[in-house]
Amino acid sequence: MAVETLDSTTRPKVAPWNDPVVRGWVFQIVIVGLVGLLAWFLVTNTLENLARQKIASGYDYLSREAGFEIGDSMIPYSPASTYARAILVGMLNTLKVAVLGIVLSTILGTLIGIGRLSPNWLLSKICEWYVEAFRNVPLLLWLFLFYKLISEAFPGPRQAISLLGSLFLSNRGLYFPVPLADPIHHWMAVGLLVGVVAAFVVKRWAKRRQEATGLPFPTIRAAIALVIGVPLVVWLLGGAPHHMSWPELKGFNFQGGTVIQPEFTALLVGLVIYTSAFIAEIVRSGILALNKGQSEAAMALGLSRAQSMRLVLLPQAMRVIVPPMTSQYLNITKNSSLAIAIGYPDLVAAVNVTINQTGQAIENILIIMAAFLTVSLGISAFMNWYNKRIALRER
Amino acid sequence: MTDVPAGERQQLPPPATDSGALGWLRRNLFSSWGNAITTVVLLFLLLWLVTSFLNWAVVNAVWTAPNGQACRGHGACWALIHEKYRFIFFGTFPYEQQWRPLLAVIIMIVMLVTSADRRMWNQRLLWIWGTGSFLTFLLMFGQIHIPLGLILFVALAVGGLGMLLRSTVAKPTEIAGWRTLAAIGAIGIVLRLTGVLPPWSLALAPFSYVETSLWGGLPVTLILATYGLVFAFPYGILLALGRRSNLPLIKGLCVGFIELIRGVPLISLLIMASVMLPLFLPTGMSIDKFLRALVAVIFFAGAYIAEIIRGGLQSLPKGQFEAADAMGLNYFQKTTLIILPQALRVVIPPLINTFIGFFKDTSLVLIIGIFDFLNAANQALVDPNWAGFPSEVYLFAAFVYFCFCFSMSRYSKYLEVELNKGTRR
Repeated sequence: MAVETLDSTTRPKVAPWNDPVVRGWVFQIVIVGLVGLLAWFLVTNTLENLARQKIASGYDYLSREAGFEIGDSMIPYSPASTYARAILVGMLNTLKVAVLGIVLSTILGTLIGIGRLSPNWLLSKICEWYVEAFRNVPLLLWLFLFYKLISEAFPGPRQAISLLGSLFLSNRGLYFPVPLADPIHHWMAVGLLVGVVAAFVVKRWAKRRQEATGLPFPTIRAAIALVIGVPLVVWLLGGAPHHMSWPELKGFNFQGGTVIQPEFTALLVGLVIYTSAFIAEIVRSGILALNKGQSEAAMALGLSRAQSMRLVLLPQAMRVIVPPMTSQYLNITKNSSLAIAIGYPDLVAAVNVTINQTGQAIENILIIMAAFLTVSLGISAFMNWYNKRIALRER
Repeated sequence: MTDVPAGERQQLPPPATDSGALGWLRRNLFSSWGNAITTVVLLFLLLWLVTSFLNWAVVNAVWTAPNGQACRGHGACWALIHEKYRFIFFGTFPYEQQWRPLLAVIIMIVMLVTSADRRMWNQRLLWIWGTGSFLTFLLMFGQIHIPLGLILFVALAVGGLGMLLRSTVAKPTEIAGWRTLAAIGAIGIVLRLTGVLPPWSLALAPFSYVETSLWGGLPVTLILATYGLVFAFPYGILLALGRRSNLPLIKGLCVGFIELIRGVPLISLLIMASVMLPLFLPTGMSIDKFLRALVAVIFFAGAYIAEIIRGGLQSLPKGQFEAADAMGLNYFQKTTLIILPQALRVVIPPLINTFIGFFKDTSLVLIIGIFDFLNAANQALVDPNWAGFPSEVYLFAAFVYFCFCFSMSRYSKYLEVELNKGTRR
């Protein structure tokens, strides 16, 4: 405050109601008092209403039996499981959609954003209309449309479209065979992790060698070989178990194998298409923000268009792109809650059923808010770290 | 060969392949082998898509039919839209009274369009919005009862604001006018509370009363988006000013609120408004479902608007604040006369983009069972006589949304250029 910079001994004496510091504190105390009063009013009302409607409070219900089905679950779940587990299943589904959505819409959005800058007039016009068409209509409408298209355009399980005799496409989703559970799978997962870490080590080594000696190294091919190769070797060493669970038509639906549900597909496709339109605009403006000399210099060096994009333009555009991209990633995560409208069991849907069954709205909504705030803060923290890493390093 | 002096040589036109339509084609579509292949592949794809879409939507389409059965085996069933368009636009509003929401929609669109004209950005706009809003709600409700207390409260608020805002610039007679208005309001409220004045109310009842649960379709979407943002705007300004304030408690409250709201999805706020708000209120008091949704939208929009306005506040050079201080203006005068007029000008284009976002996001209110435009379209599909044509209805709804959002986004782009004319070199 400006007043505090003056020497306190020479500070002119003023009446307390004319002293900005005193006035500031009085004002703050009044406002905080009013907010506190409002909170007290709401809390007493709520307690009274809860007592009148005989609704329990506290989180005891979490350990009770949930009793509802969840169509899509990444961990073992049955109606006999607890509410806590049901909410956890929903949380994992939200994360699954959010992570896949972020990855896919980044890829698609970047391609379309670059496509809009293409020298090919037709390609850039198509990309422009893609962006305009998809971002000017509510996401919820796209979700409904895709969901209805999938569930009405595809035949029932009995007339399922069969691909290669083992994939079945119907309005119940896409069924496909999966390997039967085998202990070797755990070791393959470990192998995958080892492969990823090794790929990073190789990348760092190759970069340092190129900086020191100028010798290039096929980093991408080596990384792919490591990531795929290590789990493959583990599988072969484990005796290459290849028992599969095949989907089969039994009664009205398929048994065995695994399924990608239409709700999940519609949600993911809708989220990716809608968000990629926004990401395309971010990528395009990021590239346009660069000095024209950068692309001219890249051309003068004899780099191809793809090379100049990958090695010169995109790394620099990243600095402009990352902050707005962060808010798009947060949007995907929050928008994944629209799943409830088409019946995909995400966090909000699971909690909503719990509210209807237990009546404990406050506790459940606090769970939703805590979960989303945690995820949002996590994404923000990661993106801020990444932003710092790619930021321009000046003297 | 005879030598012709340089000045007399005949000027040749550029090669035909480099100019005109052919040159354009070569430059933009066939500049290299890769480009040529892309063009050809894209052309084929586009041709296939467009012809199959046109076949479905125009050539084989059914424009009128008694029911859905007659549409089977043909292309698009636009007969469904022909049959249901009034339901999609106005929901369950009483059928023979549907000219009222139609007129309300037209009034709202006219208000939005006139606000888009820069020449109207003055006090006239306030009058237009006041009259327009009054007419809109009168048409939608049919009857409005204004209690005396509310009129007195408005008098007090307007008088008080006039006194605060005009204290330094107005002539003594004008100040006296504001003071009288505020005094009438204040004395009236006291008299009303003590029971001296009876509970009079001004009743306007030209039409039959239609409650909000019967409202539906486009007017609901427009009202939620427009009035959600109109009410969220002053509240967003307060939040933004609070966030920039150097009073620690106020700043903490505002930051906490903004980040909390921005961190959670709108759906969770809507669910909260529909299940938790009734618990918050005193026993026996209940709020209309439509109003609850509006409250959730206002809370949500306020936090986002606050962040945009904060951007505008931060873009002002520090000298503006210091100059206002040096002039001896108090905080209220400094903010309303110097800071906000400049800060808000900068944020008009992003505010329009927020409005587009909210126009789309109001579709989420269908989760708590309100008949907005998208929900009305959804309900039109339920009719068993017309089952099985979701694409037609959704494409129609998408087209309507597109018209609104696309025109607004173009306007925002135009305005960005227009408002920056002064600062551009």
